[in-house]
Amino acid sequence: MSRFDWLSEYLARLQDEHVLVRRGSATRLAPAHALEIDAEDWGRAGQEAAAFGCRWAGLWADQHGDLFSVFCLLEYGGDYLILCTDTAVATPLLPSHTPYYPAADRLERHLQDMFGIAFGDHPDTRRWTRHQAWPEGRYPLRDDFPVTGDAPRETPPDEEYPFPRAQGAGVYEIPVGPVHAGIIEPGHFRFQAVGEEVLKLEERLGYVHKGIEKIAVGRDPRALARLAGRVSGDSTVAHAWAACQAMERAAGIEPPPRAQALRALLAERERVANHMGDIGAICNDVGFAFALYQFSRLRELWQRRSSELFGHRFMMDVVIPGGVTADLPREAAARLREDHRALRAELRALYDILEDHPSLEDRLLTSGRLTQDTARRLGCLGYVGKASGQGFDVRQASPYPPYDRLPVAVPVFEEGDVAARMRVRMEEILAALDFLDRLLETLPGGDIGCDMPAPEAGAEGIGFVEGWRGEIVTYVRFAGAGQVARFFPRDPSWFNWPALERIVLGNIVPDFPVCNKSVNGSYSGHDL
Amino acid sequence: MNASAWLLVLLQALLFLLGAPLLVAWVKRVKARLQNRRGPALSQPYRDLYKLFGKETLVAHTASGVFRAAPYIVFASTLLACTIVPLLAARLPAAAVADVIVLVGFLALGRFFLALAGMDVGTAFGGMGSSREMLVSALAEPAMLLAVFTLAMTAHSTNLASVVDHQLASGLILRPSYLFALMGLVLVAVAETGRIPVDNPATHLELTMIHEAMILEYSGRHLALMEWAAQLKLMLYGVLIVNVFLPWGIATRITPAALGLGLAAVAGKLLLLGVLLAVAETGLAKMRLFRAPQFLNFALLLALLGLLSHVILETGA
Repeated sequence: MSRFDWLSEYLARLQDEHVLVRRGSATRLAPAHALEIDAEDWGRAGQEAAAFGCRWAGLWADQHGDLFSVFCLLEYGGDYLILCTDTAVATPLLPSHTPYYPAADRLERHLQDMFGIAFGDHPDTRRWTRHQAWPEGRYPLRDDFPVTGDAPRETPPDEEYPFPRAQGAGVYEIPVGPVHAGIIEPGHFRFQAVGEEVLKLEERLGYVHKGIEKIAVGRDPRALARLAGRVSGDSTVAHAWAACQAMERAAGIEPPPRAQALRALLAERERVANHMGDIGAICNDVGFAFALYQFSRLRELWQRRSSELFGHRFMMDVVIPGGVTADLPREAAARLREDHRALRAELRALYDILEDHPSLEDRLLTSGRLTQDTARRLGCLGYVGKASGQGFDVRQASPYPPYDRLPVAVPVFEEGDVAARMRVRMEEILAALDFLDRLLETLPGGDIGCDMPAPEAGAEGIGFVEGWRGEIVTYVRFAGAGQVARFFPRDPSWFNWPALERIVLGNIVPDFPVCNKSVNGSYSGHDL
Repeated sequence: MNASAWLLVLLQALLFLLGAPLLVAWVKRVKARLQNRRGPALSQPYRDLYKLFGKETLVAHTASGVFRAAPYIVFASTLLACTIVPLLAARLPAAAVADVIVLVGFLALGRFFLALAGMDVGTAFGGMGSSREMLVSALAEPAMLLAVFTLAMTAHSTNLASVVDHQLASGLILRPSYLFALMGLVLVAVAETGRIPVDNPATHLELTMIHEAMILEYSGRHLALMEWAAQLKLMLYGVLIVNVFLPWGIATRITPAALGLGLAAVAGKLLLLGVLLAVAETGLAKMRLFRAPQFLNFALLLALLGLLSHVILETGA
């Protein structure tokens, strides 16, 4: 299939709907195709995209003087399409995509909170990200808002968030969080339940809003890569890679092959470590502590090797613009292959136990089902999508180096339950180990980095990387002197958190923790 | 005889108080070993209790007197229940004044106040824990009564000392009724002491808790008493199982040598039981909550089978 062979058909449909495409560009935000349209056509273009079958994959905005540029990312068959439009800062108003794409809900509210861009006919007008931190009319991502921030010394309590309530005999409400008993991030969950059955769950996130998008402004590329590595600590490699990819595209350079290969090595190591941690944690949430300790042990050994080779257990700050900071010593490849062999043997024994354990099966099979249709409409990514028939994986659908020369197997299941989400992780670990072996065999020589020239003012770039949670998209625009003017990392959690609200419906309250763990959304990556 | 016998009752109570944390520590330790961990020292529960007794006791301002009184009532009723169970010696004066129905009654009293305390503060978790505890106990109590009635029918007495005496006198006979009752009682014990697969004593997930959810709001000495009572309950069920069904080694005369042997025997049996519990908890995941009634129905069925097989096979001889 040739790339973008579907685009002409979509354009024809837009024409039928009298949507005027001002300009199309295949280079501006390559590898994505950018289409500039009018603000009043925004809703119809979204509606047509939904009818066409595009996946809605992100939304962000940027300020250029008295205009806001708004970008909407769509994906079809592995090709990315970006709708762009402008709206005046004085009267920022756009039609909403939420009626056609439930996935658009929270990102549109995020944009409304951060920029003050109103989305007409959006079904939900409540604040999402900014809680009560800023008074009405203050929008932190506008240019007139200082990077140092001007939040009040004490943020007023977020008490005016109206949760819809279920009513009836025996219905009761359980508020959980934002502070939890475990060592996890903060987030609030509001349950409406009858007896033990969950009628409704509503999430309230935003408690770890750090102003990442704002504090990125004015940074140089190296500092932005550091920041990107802290968007979500467990995905530090993937986020840093996506940011570097965007910056390198903005600067018009391509890192040397060895650097690309080493980045993939780091990213796959990150995937293996996190998946192992998750499998143990899922089992522990149903009281099967044996698996937790075994997988924790394997993950710890794995992370110690990462620390030994790359100086950090999570491999933070190894990916930098132009390449990576640490080379893989010649003799290390053999040691890593030996690690993989030993890990495979251990995993085989553990998988045998997990797959043939009736009391574990009883808890995981059929728990927390996400139907394929819901997963598709929500645009679920990573293991959440792959467990419900949505096999999208950037490494396969839109491969970037080195995945273009070394394809990786993508497991897809259709059951959509907790067991399937665990199963995807188990298979992805094995696929990653196979990939790593092939990568080490064919590791190119040469430099591990190249100089990155300061991108010119107005240069933009976009990065697409498959992190362990799923597709990460990063948009970067530069101002003059190689300084970042806009940074937007879109973590896959934006589309997986809403899935959790659907997953628990009809399940019993005590099964929520395991459903939540099987989704394991990032609070930090989502709250930004 | 009387004075020294009552002294023995006190000694037993003391042994229960001191031994209960050790039994919990032992189970934890064996579990840790089975999970390739080193695990906490055997003295850890003692240190925890010491720490909690020294800490400030905070009480929610919505709490009523029930919340403050519950730890003492729960602890006292569990300890009183412990005095009825023959630990070292069979013929105890306490067992003569209070039979096994009183034992079940004491446990029910403690649970009643525990559940009230869970609901008292008005948090969602406490109420949830109490409702689940009631779900479990509504089925566990009759199963436990049926299991002990099976023994009582054989011994023609609801007095635990008489049951033990009868067991010792009749020697090692494989009675189907006893086997069924034992299995039923083991299942009840697992449910009542909040172990896997019914409840998970090690979890931090409030939404999945039963016992822990009820005591989430407790702190300081209140929490210490609640924790200690839970440890006593585990030991009580352990002793009930090992000394009533397999009483060999228990002292029948009150002499230092016999009591020493009794202590060694019960300690050995409890340690073995602790290993079995740890193995079961390591090998099983927790059940879904709505499976707990099925689990306890099964316990009830076993106990009922015990009673029936006693009537059919063992009477009329």
